[in-house]
Amino acid sequence: MGNQRRIEVNDSASVSVVRFLDQKIIDPESIQELGQELFDLVEREDRKKIVLNFGSVEFLSSAALGKLITFEKKAKRNDSQLVLSNISPEIFQVFAITNLDKLFTIKDTEADALAIL
Amino acid sequence: MSSNEFPEKLSCMLPSSLSAYHDFVQTLLDRLQELKWKKEILFGIHMALEESISNAIRHGNKEDSNKSVSVKCELSPKRFWVEVCDEGDGYNPEEVPDCTSPENLERPGGRGLELIRYYMTSVQHSECGCCVTMEKILDDE
Repeated sequence: MGNQRRIEVNDSASVSVVRFLDQKIIDPESIQELGQELFDLVEREDRKKIVLNFGSVEFLSSAALGKLITFEKKAKRNDSQLVLSNISPEIFQVFAITNLDKLFTIKDTEADALAIL
Repeated sequence: MSSNEFPEKLSCMLPSSLSAYHDFVQTLLDRLQELKWKKEILFGIHMALEESISNAIRHGNKEDSNKSVSVKCELSPKRFWVEVCDEGDGYNPEEVPDCTSPENLERPGGRGLELIRYYMTSVQHSECGCCVTMEKILDDE
């Protein structure tokens, strides 16, 4: 549990590309761990350009959205740029219903996200 | 579950643990898939079940292990009905802030109800505020 990673981070030039390792982000413990791993990217590692690639994510709960919102705030506070990419139509609809497509910068592909960072 | 008579009725008393209801939800989704419900519709039903049950456990029962969440369902090829009840003090859904308004956009919580309302055909709250009843009806194609 505690040792299982929730994200995989690859560096592409000056950009950190984050991929989620869970297809369904619903379990509260996993969401807590995911949040901490994301927060560490800006608070401990001071990464300034981050792409969150949602390509593997099939489902996420509003609790996971809440964690992403907190991450966005922390990134902003750290002057880190954050772009989301590869979001499936179903998940994008969740962002749209809750107006979070206006809070986050969202691009279709990882390449599109990298291009604006 | 072998009956061909609809609606099929399923019910469950779930413990107030945020890790203990996913198997039950998956059972419901699997059965609806067998009844030929489409993947994109099941995504919305999954969301409504996830949000309503987790709300009941987290906000209703406050994760009190002495309390349970009751889930009753009716499944058929064109209609899914579910009632989720907790043992909490209830809440007034009208008092939940609108998560889509600009001033609330950065609030981490309060999105579950909006998602439930979007995905389900109808959503009703009991007078006591501790039960939510939701229905999804497929349009004739």
